[in-house]
Amino acid sequence: MSVDVTTVLAGTSFPNPVFTASGCAAAGQELHQFFDVAGLGGVVTKSIMLNARSGRATPRMAETPSGMLNSIGLQGPGIEHFLDHDLPWLAERGARAVVSIAGGSVEDYALLASQLRGRPGVAMVEVNISCPNVEDRGQVFACDAKASSGVVNAVRKNTDAGIPVFAKLSPDVTDIVGIARSCVDAGADGLSMINTLLGMVIDTTTMRPALAGITGGLSGPAIRPVAVRCVWQVHQALPEVPILGMGGIRTGLDALEFLLAGASAVSIGTVVFGDPTAPVRILDELTRALEERGIERLRDVVGLAHRPPRTVVPEEPDPVGDDLPAAVVLDEPARAEVPS
Amino acid sequence: MPLQVSGEVLSIKRVGAYQSLTVIAPGIPELTRPGHFLAVQVGGPESSMLLRRAFAIYAVKDRGVYGGTVEFVFAVHGKGTAWLSARRPQDKLDVVGPLGKPFRLPKAAVNVALVGGGYGSAPLLPLATALRERGCRVDVVLGAGSADRLFGRLEAKRIGSSIVVTTDDGSTGQRGRVSDVLPAVLEKNATDVVYACGPMAMLKAVAEQCAERGIPCQVAVEESMACGIGVCMTCVLPVVGSDGLTRMVRSCVEGPVFLGDRVRWDEVGTVPADAVGAPGGPR
Repeated sequence: MSVDVTTVLAGTSFPNPVFTASGCAAAGQELHQFFDVAGLGGVVTKSIMLNARSGRATPRMAETPSGMLNSIGLQGPGIEHFLDHDLPWLAERGARAVVSIAGGSVEDYALLASQLRGRPGVAMVEVNISCPNVEDRGQVFACDAKASSGVVNAVRKNTDAGIPVFAKLSPDVTDIVGIARSCVDAGADGLSMINTLLGMVIDTTTMRPALAGITGGLSGPAIRPVAVRCVWQVHQALPEVPILGMGGIRTGLDALEFLLAGASAVSIGTVVFGDPTAPVRILDELTRALEERGIERLRDVVGLAHRPPRTVVPEEPDPVGDDLPAAVVLDEPARAEVPS
Repeated sequence: MPLQVSGEVLSIKRVGAYQSLTVIAPGIPELTRPGHFLAVQVGGPESSMLLRRAFAIYAVKDRGVYGGTVEFVFAVHGKGTAWLSARRPQDKLDVVGPLGKPFRLPKAAVNVALVGGGYGSAPLLPLATALRERGCRVDVVLGAGSADRLFGRLEAKRIGSSIVVTTDDGSTGQRGRVSDVLPAVLEKNATDVVYACGPMAMLKAVAEQCAERGIPCQVAVEESMACGIGVCMTCVLPVVGSDGLTRMVRSCVEGPVFLGDRVRWDEVGTVPADAVGAPGGPR
């Protein structure tokens, strides 16, 4: 049996659901040394800003149990360099670029989006709203529904009609569904979730924060249950909104978990640092996992975990266990567990 | 072009305070030049340690009974290196390499000095061999905290034209730092080019001594890395480009070998105010 792994995000088709994650694959060239990036569903670029940016001082990284903290500070050469070098490189290879954009003001985002108009190779725009809003005393856009919708609205207005705009949400909020809804109401065609969680490590030898930037974003398998929960809650509330899911995916089964929670595709992030060929392996493992479960189309598993629980009647009594009731409810009704 | 190889440990041995591990990694030796490094997965497939550990490549053999092998030297610093030190022959080890930009070799048969601190001498030994093959005179200076932290002394003695050793505690060689003896070595041997690998403070001192004398110098830096392949942006340091502008460059892909006079040594760990993209700096 061959599995149809194609997926659709807001009307745009992708050959498979495995994407890179922003900030974990630069603009694809480094990973292309290990595998053909055109074979991925999409290449999500490191967030592009208007101007060159040096980022933060070092140390920028601290390893944590099943994860890491990073405090890069959006280092990058700026959009001009991206449009002149990186985007054409991706387009020439037939890779589908999901261009992540980041800015400090609504105006920045609008300008960035308008500069991507009509550019070959752009398959999608991902709006990184987890940046400090310079106009609002450094408050992060993604933590405020109004600020998020302002940015998303500006990007949607300045992006070509056929190109989906996805807002990338932060999990560091009280009500992720509320932020998700604001972004969708403001014109987001879909949602990418989740960004890193704010964390901190203190070096017990120097007795100082381990990162020069003091706090950093936590990523890796350590955050996966948080990410799955966020995808679940948002898919439950907004089942028609496509989700690009991410957060600590290391194996094909991890990816499947996100699809079952409601993601239509997944991004592979931190795990790439330790295993540069991970995206290829994860796609293989995911395809095999679907095959083993007798699933012919990947699209059929999106959100499947939300279906009502099955009632299972055991064929025979358990030979060693206690007497079982005739019918065992395997799990509680899911919708009752999570207040939306 | 680096390769990711699911290799197998051939041997691991103790060398003074360090461990030297040889891994069977077909394909990598043929591509390796002195100064390249290897990024090694630690902790096994279910490891809670996600990030690779980077080590300068010491020795490679591109053929033999076991196919290609790669050897690197390390000190146990934390959980990852402790796990590595517990590897035994036939254990699996996933390695990526060769990575980074290697040392650039002089075209002519010039006088070269190699300066190694601790196990920073590991990549300098194959470099010494390559330089000798080109007819260069090779003088070696090795320094470490103590005698057990010197690496490759005998090998350096065999390959090199001369060798000077320093230790901080005076347990062997001359008591002091490599920078205490380097000026005399440079003068005595009319050194044309210097190569160095070791701790940042040592590299800074060597680079400054070379700059004072107008001697070109290449240094291999050791910065903390998460990926080793250029995607994570954690291993950056301020380096002056040929256009005179300072940029925060990745030591894994633009380095680890840099020209000594291009690194902004006093500002390593910071973003200089005049760096490209710094707040208020050039764009």
